[in-house]
Amino acid sequence: MTAYISTISSQSSLALEARALGCVRGDKTLFSGLSFQIAAGDCLHVRGENGVGKTTLLRILTGLSQPESGEVLWNQQALNSQSSAYHRDLLFLGHRDALKEELTALENLQMYAAIDDVELLLEDAMAALRRFGLRGRENLPIHCLSAGQKRRVLMARMLTRQARLWILDEPFNALDAKAVVELEGLIAEHLSAGGLLVLTSHQAVKITNVKVLEL
Amino acid sequence: MTDTNNFDKNRLVNWFKLSSPSTFYPVAGKLIPLFWVLTAIFGLAGLWVSFFVAPVDAVQGQGYRIIFIHVPASWMSMFIYLVMAAWAGLGLIFNTRLSAMMAQALAPIGAWMAFLSLWTGAFWGKPMWGAWWVWDARLTSELILLFLYLGFIALQASIDNPRRADKAGAILALVGVVNVPIIYFSVKWWNTLHQGASVSLTKAPAMAQTMLLGMLLMALCFWMYTIAVGLMRVRAIILEREAHTDWVRQLDEVKV
Amino acid sequence: MSALLAMIRRDLLLVMRRKSEVLTALFFFVVVTSLFPLGIGADTALLRKIAPGVIWVAALLSTLLGLQRMFAADYADGALEQIALSPQPMVLLVSGKMIAHWMVCGLPLVILAPIIGIQFDLDTSSLYILMGTLLLGTPVLSLLGSIGAALTLGVRGGSILMSLLVLPLYIPVLIFGAGAVYANSVGLDTSGHFSLLGALLILALAFVPWVTAAAVKIAIE
Repeated sequence: MTAYISTISSQSSLALEARALGCVRGDKTLFSGLSFQIAAGDCLHVRGENGVGKTTLLRILTGLSQPESGEVLWNQQALNSQSSAYHRDLLFLGHRDALKEELTALENLQMYAAIDDVELLLEDAMAALRRFGLRGRENLPIHCLSAGQKRRVLMARMLTRQARLWILDEPFNALDAKAVVELEGLIAEHLSAGGLLVLTSHQAVKITNVKVLEL
Repeated sequence: MTDTNNFDKNRLVNWFKLSSPSTFYPVAGKLIPLFWVLTAIFGLAGLWVSFFVAPVDAVQGQGYRIIFIHVPASWMSMFIYLVMAAWAGLGLIFNTRLSAMMAQALAPIGAWMAFLSLWTGAFWGKPMWGAWWVWDARLTSELILLFLYLGFIALQASIDNPRRADKAGAILALVGVVNVPIIYFSVKWWNTLHQGASVSLTKAPAMAQTMLLGMLLMALCFWMYTIAVGLMRVRAIILEREAHTDWVRQLDEVKV
Repeated sequence: MSALLAMIRRDLLLVMRRKSEVLTALFFFVVVTSLFPLGIGADTALLRKIAPGVIWVAALLSTLLGLQRMFAADYADGALEQIALSPQPMVLLVSGKMIAHWMVCGLPLVILAPIIGIQFDLDTSSLYILMGTLLLGTPVLSLLGSIGAALTLGVRGGSILMSLLVLPLYIPVLIFGAGAVYANSVGLDTSGHFSLLGALLILALAFVPWVTAAAVKIAIE
């Protein structure tokens, strides 16, 4: 885990920038002219009522959706021109778990590591799962785990993925109080190591220096 | 809203300006009557040539005259597919809504042309060869073309998000365009291999000049018809998809 | 390359955990081919004649059934988005899925077909030709079918719509594949058929992965 921290601290020039983003869903204009910038160590909390476009904004930031107008820049470069490099630095967790029910927790981590081209040693994977309370459950199929335990597997994935930018949609859903604290700890580690975070959450986010974007 | 005034003022048409639905809508509206007139002119000329000028066929008698509907309809069905795929492809590459709307407008017209071609083919076949349907290479390819059209229309109808429907349809149309020659070639090969019907539409007796003229005139008539109806359809699609914009709300035909 | 292998490994692993889905498609192949003698009559000469067409059509339909598996499950649980967000080329990952699909839905047909062929009283050389055409043709079916599967992701009535979209594209493969077996049974040369099937396979390999990757990106937008 220490190796992860030291490689990030030198990257202080990382920045995610949105310029004049506009988005239309059906007939409605969700937002237009939206601009912001976050740098290493920043956390952006996107707030707003249901249906106002928080998830849509996050998906635009990941590059999955295209905005109606404006652009997103990572390290001063547009997303379209560097999608592979951007994806290497990015971890996106949406509403759905994206865990394969038939595979075990360990297999899911290893499978995603292979797809994301991240080197993941067996010991690190097991350690990550154990850190988040899944000791003894690493080799159980996901469908045997509870909703909260599935989110814990996702936390293990966050830890092992080694991404600079985390974009999380409602990460605190289905977490019990203990898990909430653990996730906040994980986020704090990530930010202090120079990572960036954009998240949506209906709950208050207990992280220092949070920038709020109200949609 | 000032765009319509600009059109009157500038005689030089700026093509990229036309790629916005709001500018294109009134332009299309002005062009539609022109194309209906052309349709009528070519149609009358074509029908006159078909019925009165072209000679009676030695073998097939008067009944062969349905060829003047059948062949132009076939030509148009294939031509429209190409044009539709081209518009859809443009819409995909340049991310323009109007190009995709043009493709969406043309698809049913092309499908009807294919259907017409098949029906007239059957009406021709029955008195000539005693069968309503013949597994001729061209007719079979025409049937497959109809399936391709129906697939395109069905795909666009099933996808709720209009932009996704545009792009998905574009991919399907482009894949179809690449496949149409392959399918045609394979069906032709299949036809010769299995030696089904011994007569085929392509083995019609050598065309008299007048027959060809009749077919060309009818083809032009169908082409003008396609443009006229296509423009009408695309205007309706524009109104439907841009209903939430200001310029649509201001239109006379929309204001109650 | 590693992306390709990782994806194949993943999909095969998932199939191993859920074998019933695959086996039903293979059973479908067997059942459909058995329906024809029941519907037409057991005249061996007739069955021998219709066998290439029947087996090939049944192969098309079974492949269609199996196609729904390619992307739908990953689309539903959000894994497809994660795959799209991978730093590795989408084309490779999607190609991996297609190869895995063929290994699971197409290759077994190649192995099963001779057994069905015997039921239809095909001679040995025809059986070899049948296996050969299926070996070349079923990858093309998986490739072309993936386009339909990707375009109809999450769409109402998607599976039927996918069949409508994909079956016209399958026609050349059907014609050359079944045609080869038929030609062989009447003593004609089949090298032309095989060359054409090979050409279709090369064309499909060259273009379809990019088309399907684009279609998937459109579906998850």
